[in-house]
Amino acid sequence: MTSHFLLLLVFAFFVSLVFGVLLRDEPRQQFRTGAMMFGGFIATAIVLGWLMFPFPL
Amino acid sequence: MTTKSTTAERPRASAEPGTLVLLCLSAWMVPGAGHFWMGRRQKAIVFVLALPAMFLIGLLLKGRVFPFELSEPLVGLAAVANLLAGIPWMIARLMDAGGGTVTAATYEYGNCFLIVSGLLNFLVILDAYDTALGRK
Repeated sequence: MTSHFLLLLVFAFFVSLVFGVLLRDEPRQQFRTGAMMFGGFIATAIVLGWLMFPFPL
Repeated sequence: MTTKSTTAERPRASAEPGTLVLLCLSAWMVPGAGHFWMGRRQKAIVFVLALPAMFLIGLLLKGRVFPFELSEPLVGLAAVANLLAGIPWMIARLMDAGGGTVTAATYEYGNCFLIVSGLLNFLVILDAYDTALGRK
């Protein structure tokens, strides 16, 4: 398992799951918070990835 | 019809210092145990499954369970974060797992999983503490 994106998905899933459950009490709100956080992780990673694309690091 | 309980209405655990210490210790050792104690079983089940799973994935990705080296502040902090994972950390130390393979492509990812697992468990402990005090 060396795919960076897959590892990002797994990491984002677990962190979103724990934060969603930790921050909200109702299952529906937990799911909503977790899903938004998961989407935020993915979107941020993709946007930052493209922003860094021109730089020869 | 269900009504949303307020902080004042919720059952409050005994806020005696001894009980709180036991609650925090159990919450540290077994992720989610504090919430289970407080009757929040749904949360407890998620924590007891997710946090050790993160720790295990970190080990499988060849991450390192850091030693307590005071000469290297960042290594020391990472060791504290690892320690906060509780029983998974103890088992890893006893089994001599988590040596870390620096040359592995997934080494840093493994460290990330191991460290974040412990830090999330710390937040879970604080949440259980707040719940016991009736703050949540």
